Amino acid sequence: MARITLDHIRHAYGANPVADSDYALREVHHEWNDGGAYALLGPSGCGKTTLLNIISGLLQPSHGRILFDGNDVTEVSTQGRNIAQVFQFPVIYDTMTVYDNLAFPLRNRKVPEAEVDKRVRDMLGIIDLADWADRKARGLTADQKQKISLGRGLVRNDVNAILFDEPLTVIDPHMKWVLRSQLKRIHKQFGFTMVYVTHDQTEALTFADKVVVMYEGEIVQIGTPAELFEKPSHTFVGYFIGSPGMNVLPAQLNERSVVVGSQRMDLNVPPQTKPGDRIELGIRPEFIHLGREGMPVKISRIEDIGRRRIVRAEFEGKPLAIVADENTEIPAEARVSFDPAGINIYANSWRVGGEA
Amino acid sequence: MLELRKAAKMVAGEYHIHPSDLTLERGSLNVLLGPTLSGKTSLMRLMAGLDRPTEGAVYFDGIDVTGMPVQKRNIAMVYQQFINYPLLTVYENIASPMRISGKDKATVDREVRKAADLLRLTPYLDRTPLHLSGGQQQRTALARALVKNASLVLMDEPLANLDYKLREELREELPKIFAQSGAIFVYATTEPSEALMLGGNTATLSEGRITQFGPTIDIYRRPADLTTAKTFADPPLNFIEVVKSGGGLRHREGDVLPLPAHLGTIPDGPLTVAFHPHHLGFTQQTENSARLAARTQISEITGSESFVHLEYDGVKWVMLAPGIHNIDPDTGIEVFLDTRHLMAFGSDGRAIAAAAA
Repeated sequence: MARITLDHIRHAYGANPVADSDYALREVHHEWNDGGAYALLGPSGCGKTTLLNIISGLLQPSHGRILFDGNDVTEVSTQGRNIAQVFQFPVIYDTMTVYDNLAFPLRNRKVPEAEVDKRVRDMLGIIDLADWADRKARGLTADQKQKISLGRGLVRNDVNAILFDEPLTVIDPHMKWVLRSQLKRIHKQFGFTMVYVTHDQTEALTFADKVVVMYEGEIVQIGTPAELFEKPSHTFVGYFIGSPGMNVLPAQLNERSVVVGSQRMDLNVPPQTKPGDRIELGIRPEFIHLGREGMPVKISRIEDIGRRRIVRAEFEGKPLAIVADENTEIPAEARVSFDPAGINIYANSWRVGGEA
Repeated sequence: MLELRKAAKMVAGEYHIHPSDLTLERGSLNVLLGPTLSGKTSLMRLMAGLDRPTEGAVYFDGIDVTGMPVQKRNIAMVYQQFINYPLLTVYENIASPMRISGKDKATVDREVRKAADLLRLTPYLDRTPLHLSGGQQQRTALARALVKNASLVLMDEPLANLDYKLREELREELPKIFAQSGAIFVYATTEPSEALMLGGNTATLSEGRITQFGPTIDIYRRPADLTTAKTFADPPLNFIEVVKSGGGLRHREGDVLPLPAHLGTIPDGPLTVAFHPHHLGFTQQTENSARLAARTQISEITGSESFVHLEYDGVKWVMLAPGIHNIDPDTGIEVFLDTRHLMAFGSDGRAIAAAAA
């Protein structure tokens, strides 16, 4: 397994890039730890697949270098980088048995047959296909085929990293739960360096130690799931993580307080801003208390989604989403208060402070 | 009103759809919820007339339309794959059904612009689909379904290929957009959370059978049988086998769960009880909570909540707890189960009592 260094990487698909907008990847400069589980999370077109392809060697960056354990591999082919990859759609051999599919990457590397058998049997247990070992892969369900793909990615223990490109997209919700927790267990057990690309926040947050949030060709935040939830460094992170996302309200700073419409909330530490900055207050729906005390809101709709309810309301003329659990009583004349720990202040979309 | 009357589809001696009765009202949104291969698409094809049922009949507004080809019925379909005419502009893509039906130019223009506005496509009307994002392409397909003014709109996992944030937005918009048209909407999905967010009615499907149909939230809270309960749960349900005797629910390990009021009147005997992961917690919430010893397997943290995978007497459970709990694997912990939320099922899988709260 390897530490991955992304050294001032930029990439443009067109020739002669000039402006920032010509770059699919604007500038990525980071070091990822050996044995870490990283998720690249962002919407279509944010550059996450471009970055993954640069790591795997399918793509040469226009600028910058990529290093594995300090060795420059920028010019090295995918094969030479010694990585395993799992793709969105299963890549397996239909005419081979499940067993032989898993054994293939090992036999390719001339691993002794006794060792092959041991690892394949272990992996069959982990992906829960032991009873299917001697069946041809043809005719298996999409779930089962993707399990084989995962198993093939994980069966070698000499790889520098394992890269996953939206591996659970074709999997039914119930099976996603099983595969996700199995992947996590495998990571804990073997300590592989894993990079996992997804647009699904639940997958990213539950899988990774560190989530890399990308937006318009840039990394806007790298953090633990808790950091991304509690202190989104950019309003995009606030919007993209969480369902519904963070409420972002136009605001003004006034010495030690923040003002939204006619409401004023005190801040402990006034954030550093410049005159002319566009100020916004971010508050997640989970940090808003609904009750009889506090600031007035007008409720427009209540969506019962089972274990919780999403209350759609209007606050100082702006839409506000509030999350209430299934037992919270929602009064007719509802009022809200913002949990001070959940308040974040943004200047020109970047976080400059918080905590009232 | 669309009615399936004992409609079935048999292929090579095997039922793809077992004889099914289903009545969908005008202006209603109906979710078909079930895993891959449970029969969602087959059922839609019967509704549309793309396939003829091998038994039973399909009625629309009281008229037998069994075997009437799809072209003769006023139906719109939206698929998981974004299907548009690649060489036509977004404007012409949306206009196409009205061009075929020979609407006048002014009407076409008015309807296209109205639909484009509703689906936020106005800036892209002159582009061709290949120059659009996936979300915009699917919005174009939805706009075309909308202007068709169909009496039945069938959507087969229409958002499955989109980013979840786009999905979240479209999911919120869709019921509003279609509510105005008075048509019958049928929406197939594999995801329980999607059904809950769409609301309306839900029919749960399992192995070619409709297991239950009714208001979405009612089915979630009061599944009629185990199959429906399992189909309509994400995260998956937890289960525990107990014997009701006297004032408690006894587990073979010796644990006794306090008997909640809603299970008070059922006869003594063995039961399968089920509960959602968020009804398991680290703290005792009420006197109805049972204290149980479990072992941790793995913790998954979503930022605001944690999914803690547990094992209780060899059975796998998931607990969804607020806050961040990163517990080492294979640690013994105490958890509390709020028995007011238990759903009980008999040995035949039928629900005996739904959860009280």
